[in-house]
Amino acid sequence: MFGQLSDRLEQAFKKLRGKGVLTEKNIRDSMREVRQALLEADVNYKVAKRFVAAVQEKAIGVEVLKSIDPGQQVVKVVHDELVELLGSKAEPLIPPDKSPTIYMVCGLQGSGKTTLVGKLALQNKRKNKKPLVVAADIYRPAAVKQLKVLADSIEVEHFYLDDKKPPEICAEAVKHAQKNFFDLVIFDTAGRLHIDDELMVELEDIKQKVQPHEILLVADAMTGQDAVNVSKEFHERLGLTGVVLSKLDGDARGGAALSIREVTGCPIKLASIGEKLSDLEAFHPDRMASRILGMGDIVSLVEKAEETVDLEKAARMQEKLLKAKFDFEDFLEQMGQLKKMGPLESLVGMIPGVGKALKNIQLDERQMERMVAIIKSMTIEERRNPNIIDGSRKKRIARGSGNSVQSVNQLLKQFFAMQKMFGNIGKMKLKGLPAGMNPFKL
Amino acid sequence: MAGPFEKLKQSLARTRVGLLGKISQVITRRKIDDDLLDDIEEILIEADVGVAATTRLIDFLREQASQEKLTDVNDIFGLLKEEITEILSRGDAPIFSEDDKTPVVWLIVGVNGVGKTTTIGKLATNFSARGKMVIIAACDTFRAAAIDQVAIWAERSNVEIVKSQTGSDPAAVAYDAAKASLARGADLLLVDTAGRLHTKSNLMEELKKIKRVIGKALPDAPIYSKLIIDGSTGQNAISQVKVFTEAVGCDGIIVTKLDGTAKGGIIIGVAEELGVPVDFVGLGEGIDDLQRFDAGEFTEALFE
Repeated sequence: MFGQLSDRLEQAFKKLRGKGVLTEKNIRDSMREVRQALLEADVNYKVAKRFVAAVQEKAIGVEVLKSIDPGQQVVKVVHDELVELLGSKAEPLIPPDKSPTIYMVCGLQGSGKTTLVGKLALQNKRKNKKPLVVAADIYRPAAVKQLKVLADSIEVEHFYLDDKKPPEICAEAVKHAQKNFFDLVIFDTAGRLHIDDELMVELEDIKQKVQPHEILLVADAMTGQDAVNVSKEFHERLGLTGVVLSKLDGDARGGAALSIREVTGCPIKLASIGEKLSDLEAFHPDRMASRILGMGDIVSLVEKAEETVDLEKAARMQEKLLKAKFDFEDFLEQMGQLKKMGPLESLVGMIPGVGKALKNIQLDERQMERMVAIIKSMTIEERRNPNIIDGSRKKRIARGSGNSVQSVNQLLKQFFAMQKMFGNIGKMKLKGLPAGMNPFKL
Repeated sequence: MAGPFEKLKQSLARTRVGLLGKISQVITRRKIDDDLLDDIEEILIEADVGVAATTRLIDFLREQASQEKLTDVNDIFGLLKEEITEILSRGDAPIFSEDDKTPVVWLIVGVNGVGKTTTIGKLATNFSARGKMVIIAACDTFRAAAIDQVAIWAERSNVEIVKSQTGSDPAAVAYDAAKASLARGADLLLVDTAGRLHTKSNLMEELKKIKRVIGKALPDAPIYSKLIIDGSTGQNAISQVKVFTEAVGCDGIIVTKLDGTAKGGIIIGVAEELGVPVDFVGLGEGIDDLQRFDAGEFTEALFE
């Protein structure tokens, strides 16, 4: 998700890395790159400016000059500063243990509110809670039905009153929930512009009538500079308790996350990724910062793997990856595991350094099948030691798998690139990154 | 009745107060120097114009200022306005061509939540009011109640709709709708598609298939892909335009939700880098809040 920003920072720091001594000037030069990268990532102009000033101040000075590897030291300063800006630790939603706990979901049109309501309901239902979803969008055509269909699909009760205004619907819903022992009530409010006074007053009314425990703003990760105005207005009028970032599965660099966090001071509590109702993740500022810095989100990757993959195998694989000892047999096994873990794009984005190394490699499912076919046409020996694959072996493999020699070449090239890349990560680890940024610390 | 651009001007008033207010402030009391250009840079970036386009604009201003020995800050401002209008006019093209055979097909595409269905409702109303026979194809068979939503719009605008069940093959619906529009002699077929992130290659393939299938059903019909972009989108819009263009082409952009505080400056970035014309701008949820985009008027409204 923050792929391109990572690339930019990586480039900025490459310039630093070669230098023996850090001068004020070369820090300033790389900070210009950092600023540019942040702006390209849609971080608000003023937020970016403040961020860069803070980092620069910390970078020029004793801590840097003392260090052996100044480049890494600056990476650490930028990283720490980013973590601080994003919120230093993950903050969960208030759990549904009152009777009932109330969440109000609000945001601009099309930010992904209804989908989030469905996801929250499903997540809580899976924890054996009894959620009630409430249709408080009486304006958009078929909005009520959309929520009803979602609720039915996950077998959660849906609440709606015809001919009533949203504040009354919400108040009645809470009464209904109390009477019927629901643990959680979630209001799906209509999308509205933050400058639409009438509709903002409606939200204030709901808040006043039912006092929700969580007031969540859903923000589209693709939002530009305006994220600042929107979140500020919602926060000032409603006192948000948290922000949910949606559509993080696209390629938006997501700078809005930094802006919103800085302007409202509200924690970003969740990441709503994908259209399936099971696609909801906690938002982890530290991991996100690592991701921004091109260190990838290996913690999330491992967590995701743990849910679906044989743990022992995963540990073995991680070790092999780090030592750059993995071969085509592992590759094959890995692909099988990967398939179980879900959409490839989201996984690949989590691997450190991959942004750059695999940028031009399109990983779609069909291509994966082709790769598997090619690997399966190799002999065991070839899989274990790909270096022996010469011209005539390539021809045989190509024929055997129904592919061209070029495809075989391409796969080999990708494989070696990956091997090298993982080797680099391994070395990085051995060199010893500052404790806070070790991506492998679990 | 107010002129067609009254609403646009009203909506952009907020933008104008922001953008132009700042520019005027900057300009009335200043000399042409690096500080001035820095301030202009800030204003453009905060309008989502983007780093690349802003840098080029600033470089252009700096070069012109020294070349033409400009001393009046108002000249700088005039230059900026001219240049932006010029950039926005690059892709200006008529929406309908005289030689187009009917039915003309508009494939409405975009990422999730940009306002595709609402835009279709407005388009259907507008064209139908102008005596065109419009048919809507409800090809968002994925999102819950999307078909109901577009059906309500069809009813409001009194146009026919071709639909199937949620979960059915969108290409099949498109095919039926294409055949229907031919049989009934429709002028315009509006195809509503499911929102999809451009990074999901399987969904982009699905979109290509929809276009292919329509092409088979209507071999002579011009198929225009119209990309809907949320006016508050940042730099990701460039990526959206690129990837959707690769998949199904992009014959025009419709920018929605410009009635908020988002400046929509990304249009400038998109036009500069990719030269795709903006056809319409969406200025609210009302059925008449969709207006024809005109580079000159837009810039005037922005800088008035």
